Amino acid sequence: MSGDLIFLMFILMLAVFLGLELISKVPSTLHTPLMSGSNAISGIALVGALLAAGAADSTPLSIGLGTAAVALATINVVGGYLVTQRMLAMFKKKRGDRQ
Amino acid sequence: MSVYIQLAYLLAAFLFALGLKLMSSPDTARLGNLASACAMLLTVVVTLLHTGVVEYQWILLGVVVGSAIGSLAATRLQLTEMPELVALFNGFGGGASLLVGWEAYHRQPLQDPLSAVTILLAVVIGGVTFSGSLVACGKLREIGWRSFRLSRPLLFPGQQPINFLLLALLCVGGLLYGLDSPESQTLFLVLMASAFLLGIMVVVPIGGADMPVVIALLNSYSGLAACAAGFVILNNILIVAGALVGASGLILTNIMCKAMNRSLANVLFSGFGAVAGKTRKGTGGDPRPISAEDAYFILEAARSVVFVPGYGLAVAQAQHGVMELGELLEDNGCDVRYAVHPVAGRMPGHMNVLLAEANVSYDLLVEMEDVNPTMEAVDVCVVIGANDVVNPAARDDSESPIYGMPIIEVDRARVVIVLKRSMAAGFAGIENPLFYKDNTRMLFGDAKSSLNAVLGEFKRS
Repeated sequence: MSGDLIFLMFILMLAVFLGLELISKVPSTLHTPLMSGSNAISGIALVGALLAAGAADSTPLSIGLGTAAVALATINVVGGYLVTQRMLAMFKKKRGDRQ
Repeated sequence: MSVYIQLAYLLAAFLFALGLKLMSSPDTARLGNLASACAMLLTVVVTLLHTGVVEYQWILLGVVVGSAIGSLAATRLQLTEMPELVALFNGFGGGASLLVGWEAYHRQPLQDPLSAVTILLAVVIGGVTFSGSLVACGKLREIGWRSFRLSRPLLFPGQQPINFLLLALLCVGGLLYGLDSPESQTLFLVLMASAFLLGIMVVVPIGGADMPVVIALLNSYSGLAACAAGFVILNNILIVAGALVGASGLILTNIMCKAMNRSLANVLFSGFGAVAGKTRKGTGGDPRPISAEDAYFILEAARSVVFVPGYGLAVAQAQHGVMELGELLEDNGCDVRYAVHPVAGRMPGHMNVLLAEANVSYDLLVEMEDVNPTMEAVDVCVVIGANDVVNPAARDDSESPIYGMPIIEVDRARVVIVLKRSMAAGFAGIENPLFYKDNTRMLFGDAKSSLNAVLGEFKRS
């Protein structure tokens, strides 16, 4: 168990560094789509929610918590990606079109 | 966990990272978002094949309800409601992490100390994110009751000690809980409630103009909450994705703080808008009001124009008017640019999205550091609904509460036209000497109607 934890902490550390490197290259023009896009990624908790809601031998409370978690995370994921796509669709170079 | 699921998670982690990398240019950003969405879909589908997942009816219920609400909100709402929506979605992500932690606790209350602590972290960070984001959303929506406005910084005596006590309670309680892992649920529920309360208490004193910092910070928290949930269920994809989001939020928070020349602690604990009420009389002289016709003559003769938008542009919904005026000026042979301050608006990049919505080409948007050195060569700066981000007192007046904050130095342009409702001071009640400068002209009125009046002059000629 603790061996797993240590291993996961290595992953965490490397992922944070990767995140810092990647994000610092995003121009300020895209900060809002970046935020809503990364916000959608944070809906990854959906994985945990699926495992909770789909587990066998659950008490009613477990089912309730799991289902609510699935719903909240899905709103976050679906809504987040759609909003981001909607915003990014507006970012265009239009100069050429006008001539 | 089967090796195939792990391999699929590996691919998903790659796609998440690739998606963020593609965000580095507006040309590839849509592809990046798509890559990230594919990674999410892959993760979800693969997780459903997990041997631990045997009951599908509740999952189906949650996914159907969540998809319906999420897609409706994302496609039906106005783009101007984007900041609220992002805050709300963010809160839901935190809420989901909290529920995952809670469910893990309920399933197996007696845990070894390390697992107990990870569960508590998921619940506490998730709880703070959830309640904090809801309050932030309420502030952005300008929810109020009678004379009470949630958007104003709410300060009361004993606020700091209460926050400190809550934090201490969470630390001590968390330690007790981790060491002892008691069978009674009371401690767990008390800690969860404290997390909710802390989230509310931290966001309530934040003033409107500080919202970009808080939104970015809450974004970071939602990632950390997902990370903690990943440690609860020992799942690496949650940790990778959560860490990417956490890092993204941290960087944005840092950029926003730098752009205001303030530390994070200062933003979170000072209630800036309420404290800095010290108004100073302007450097003498009277503001010089002009009519739309005067503005037309100034702009018509200009060879180079820079628009500086602020939150007032969003309030007046004047972005389409700005775009139209910009195009007319371009057709007139004028060099047009849009200078955006990092903290203009209510969330990071708010102004960029507004201008993009109005079809302003993104290569015309320039950042503060790039536009300032060229200011002397600019004929006209048009300031629309921005105030503190163009206040020269931040540069010249060491007594000013915003002294040291980087600004767009519009006062160095030959002429500045300020579109403004009235002479009222900005959100913090700070006097703006820009309005009294010799080269400043004031065009009073609602930004949208002022712009329309100027546009009318252009079209008539």
